[in-house]
Amino acid sequence: MPILSLITYAPILGVAGILALRLFGKADDPKTVNAAKWIALIATLATLALSVLLVVQFNPSDSGFQFVEDTPWFAGLHYRMGVDGISVLFVLLTAFLMPICIAASWKAIEKRVLEYMIAFLLLESLVIGVFCALDIVLFYIFFEFGLVPMFLIIGIWGGARRVYAAFKFFLYTLLGSVLMLAAILAMIGISHTSSIPELMAYHFAPGVQTWLFLAFFASFAVKMPMWPVHTWLPDAHVEAPTAGSVILAGILLKMGGYGFLRFSLPMFPQASHYFTPLVFALSVIAVVYTSLVAFRQTDIKKLIAYSSVAHMGFVTMGIFSGNAVGEQGAIFQMLSHGVISGALFLCVGVVYDRMHTREIAFYGGLVTRMPWYAATFMLFTMGNVGLPGTSGFVGEILTMTGAYGVSTWTAIVAATGVIFSAVYALSLYRRVVFGTITNTKLADITDLDWREVAIFAPLIAATLILGVQPGLVMNLTQASVDHLVSAYQAAIGG
Amino acid sequence: MDAKLLVTIILYGPLLGAIVAGLFGKRLGALVSMSVTTGFLMLSAVLSWVVFSQWTWGGLEPFTITYAPFIQVGKFVSNWSFRLDGLSAVMLVVVTTVSSLVHLYSWGYMAEDDGKPRFFGYLSLFTFAMLSLISAADFMQLFFGWEGVGLASYLLIGFWHHKPTANAAAIKAFVVNRVGDFGFALGIMTVFWSLGSIQFAQIFPLVAGHANDAWNFAGHSFRLMDLACALLFVGAMGKSAQFFLHTWLPDAMEGPTPVSALIHAATMVTAGVYMVCLLSPMFEYAPVAKHIVVVIGAITALFAATVGLVQNDIKRVIAYSTCSQLGYMFMAAGVGAYQASMFHLFTHAFFKALLFLGAGSVIHAMAHEQDMRRYGNLAKYLPVTFVVMTIGTIAITGLGIPGLGGFAGFYSKDSIIQAAYSAGHAGDPIGYFAFVMGVFVAGLTAFYSWRVAFFTFNGHARWTSQDLEHHWHNRDHDHGDQAHDDHAHAAESHSEPDTGDHGGEHVHLPHESPWTMRLPLILLSIGAIASGFVFAGKFIGEQHLEFWKGAIFTAANNHVLAEVEAPLWIAQAPLIVSVLGLLFAAWMYIVKEGIGARWAAAQGPVYLFLYNKWFFDELYEATFVKGAKLLGDLFWKGGDQKLIDGLGPDGVSAVSIQVGKGAGRLQTGFLYHYAFVMLLGVAAILSYALWAWNA
Repeated sequence: MPILSLITYAPILGVAGILALRLFGKADDPKTVNAAKWIALIATLATLALSVLLVVQFNPSDSGFQFVEDTPWFAGLHYRMGVDGISVLFVLLTAFLMPICIAASWKAIEKRVLEYMIAFLLLESLVIGVFCALDIVLFYIFFEFGLVPMFLIIGIWGGARRVYAAFKFFLYTLLGSVLMLAAILAMIGISHTSSIPELMAYHFAPGVQTWLFLAFFASFAVKMPMWPVHTWLPDAHVEAPTAGSVILAGILLKMGGYGFLRFSLPMFPQASHYFTPLVFALSVIAVVYTSLVAFRQTDIKKLIAYSSVAHMGFVTMGIFSGNAVGEQGAIFQMLSHGVISGALFLCVGVVYDRMHTREIAFYGGLVTRMPWYAATFMLFTMGNVGLPGTSGFVGEILTMTGAYGVSTWTAIVAATGVIFSAVYALSLYRRVVFGTITNTKLADITDLDWREVAIFAPLIAATLILGVQPGLVMNLTQASVDHLVSAYQAAIGG
Repeated sequence: MDAKLLVTIILYGPLLGAIVAGLFGKRLGALVSMSVTTGFLMLSAVLSWVVFSQWTWGGLEPFTITYAPFIQVGKFVSNWSFRLDGLSAVMLVVVTTVSSLVHLYSWGYMAEDDGKPRFFGYLSLFTFAMLSLISAADFMQLFFGWEGVGLASYLLIGFWHHKPTANAAAIKAFVVNRVGDFGFALGIMTVFWSLGSIQFAQIFPLVAGHANDAWNFAGHSFRLMDLACALLFVGAMGKSAQFFLHTWLPDAMEGPTPVSALIHAATMVTAGVYMVCLLSPMFEYAPVAKHIVVVIGAITALFAATVGLVQNDIKRVIAYSTCSQLGYMFMAAGVGAYQASMFHLFTHAFFKALLFLGAGSVIHAMAHEQDMRRYGNLAKYLPVTFVVMTIGTIAITGLGIPGLGGFAGFYSKDSIIQAAYSAGHAGDPIGYFAFVMGVFVAGLTAFYSWRVAFFTFNGHARWTSQDLEHHWHNRDHDHGDQAHDDHAHAAESHSEPDTGDHGGEHVHLPHESPWTMRLPLILLSIGAIASGFVFAGKFIGEQHLEFWKGAIFTAANNHVLAEVEAPLWIAQAPLIVSVLGLLFAAWMYIVKEGIGARWAAAQGPVYLFLYNKWFFDELYEATFVKGAKLLGDLFWKGGDQKLIDGLGPDGVSAVSIQVGKGAGRLQTGFLYHYAFVMLLGVAAILSYALWAWNA
């Protein structure tokens, strides 16, 4: 059974279902709308079930690609799918977050619900495709087309400045992609293969590596996003609907980190090594710079968006440390950030749905009316500041430790991030949740309802369970990471 | 029962209690939450004493239980475990005893609060984190407990979250501790990369062989062990509120008083001291780091004592006192007398918790007034509190009769001062420095401690019954916005039982606290009296080797614990200055009552310097806080908006408009034009989609 294709295209079945609905019913009929929501939810849940099945069947002691599908496609290209310990994790993360996004949009989205659900299902399909693709052209197709539904989600269902934000998002990411496409064509031209496993084994000449690395770097750095190409992210987040932000922070940003792990390090090891100081510098600048900027924000979502950039700084730092501690930390940090920042955006969504503003100054004293919300928000705030016992800690300490092994300065500057994150995250929490309610509009605000509890429950569980048992994930990734690290170290002669 | 089972129950019982109270407290009600949490803590305390007595008298040997893996990547291996040795056995009884008594005390102290399940849940959560800290077998669990107690501290300082000052203090505590943890984390990384492990049992045997290795850090070459220990000590400075990182502790007094007693006096703040003692196998090979520890400890002891001299808030004086006593503990550890350091930690837990809870009893009686200028003559109304506070004061000031005995502090503080002298005698000038500071600060300690006692309990009453009534009224008003239903009830419970009406004739007088509060005070008094002479032989005396069973390492040339020949005045010095401090306080606050207020009113420069805590808050506000805000704004508005967006996407849009105007020149053949058109083409398709779907 080609399980990877099944997982990748399962959401498309949902799309087909919704299109069928549209064909036979009126788009604005409440019954049709409701049915569409249920179809989307079921499709995403089915994808999740298949992904769990995939992980269960996955053999963690094998460092190579598993469940490989390979059929000739056209023009000498192959349709190749397969997962290793790293990508299987991202497939699971995507499948895990999608039903949550659908549930989070249940009431918040009122216009063009059918199209919205279709966009999300398409997005899921494309993103899973990115992580499963073992052919570089196939990868590129998934990678680029993934932009389109996201662009539409921001541009159509977003806030007041959605069009500006959507174009900013698009311009930035496309610019990087054009360079990556050129690099991909060059790689195929040089190596005469488009197979990712073969490319990983191919030794590009160091001079060529430099150019290829930079081209890929342009694309992945924008996606991460790394300083200074991060400014699209706060705008995109602020304008995106809640579920859009969850996916953006939870999964789309991870495509950059995944790209570094899948392409940059294995295919251009010398260049990666050469550019490590640059990446480290950009990473720690991101940590300090965006943390300080986050501290000064007046919009809840923007603050969390900036904190995302800071957290991604830890990821790039860990990836380019080139040792197992750093890589494991980076992968774990991506997963953990996907859960925690996704949950934080959902926390913003809860009050936004009720009050339709994200101004920090508007709020204050929510704890008196919303104790369960306050507790939930507190947990994820603590995850965000990397408190041990939450998943946020594991990635941070490991990426810092990994970087220390290469450059103590990098670890020192990055470690200041643990101070800054406490400053901005706790002051945000204080201003929104603590104190007394002074704004009369908040007098009747209601606590989490059952739907919202159901949305948060899996995220809370993931944050805490991974916080005390990170091995659940690391056992899955260990063999692949060890393989990656030993190949990288061998290539750079370390 | 098997000790392994016992310690497991001791550790996880409080966690269970915290979960029950935290998650189901609302449904189960306050009484059930309080009973469950207090019950588990009592159980933990009893079992801890069982384990401790087995350890001390029953020949129990050290062991480590591994429950489950935690973070494991290559050599970076940590587990969820329980390490029982001399150090953790001592900490077990300290933590669970004070915690269970504070739980009980809170039944009375927090009786009128509607957040009881949350409060007790936090207290138990704190206890669990603290127990994880002391029982860690590797740096990761240590760090987990370390930051876990920080979380509990943050939650409890800000427990009254309607108070802006409490919220600010909570954040300050967390952030300043994070500054310490910054160093701590770098210390852990240094240990990991140099010795290849984060497990104590694997690291310690390697220290001797690598202590003098050169280690490159931040572009400089350091002696490995000095660097590692100095970095780790930064963490200890944060947690134990040492000079430079002390500013959070006085503000932490915004939390309810039982919290101050448990977390900010007896247990959490001693974690830094505990860590240094635990890492004695490393510190013994780090002479420079040890000197840093002594100097920081001594300066803290002096600084906090001087500030404590002039504060008027009863809790703040005791907080500065804690800060100062922690300085003593670090002095001891720094000169190599880890045993004396732990002994002072042990006795201090009893008398300082006693002083805080006693202060809580006064505050409770005085309608939450904390300003001692509004106290006076309370011995008459609060006899039990008066007696126990006096016991605590005798204990902290180290009064005793040489050769015969005294209360707890007499043994532990003197042993520190003696050890400092021994270190100096052995040729380390820092030892003499510590000795002089130790003696001088003992005098200051006596003055500020007796000042609290006399200012509060003796002299003339500086309060009136109207004050109390007025205060209650205000307080009810504060709470009124939260629960109007409780209003009437709260007002009623504050009134004297014999009169029901709130008419003009009704007289409010301070009243002694309920038994739930008195009992912990009495039990702690026993500790404050007896913990010194009962355990001196075990901790620092001839039996100390059998007692610690290798948990504390002392280098071959470290003999500071041994008696040295010294002039008689050396041994008597602490007692002499302590009596002088007592006499001066008595003169100022009983004989010449009112002179203190006149001196304060004069606003002399020394007074202002001390009263404003050496202006540390102002300094930090002007530099770090302002600096962070300034940089944040600069990066955001200057960097992101002007520079990056201006040149990047917004600039590109502007250019594209220009290009659009000159459409005729499209056939120029330049590559970037084609690329640009491609981009515009895709953008146009997407724009159309947007436009069509938005319409």
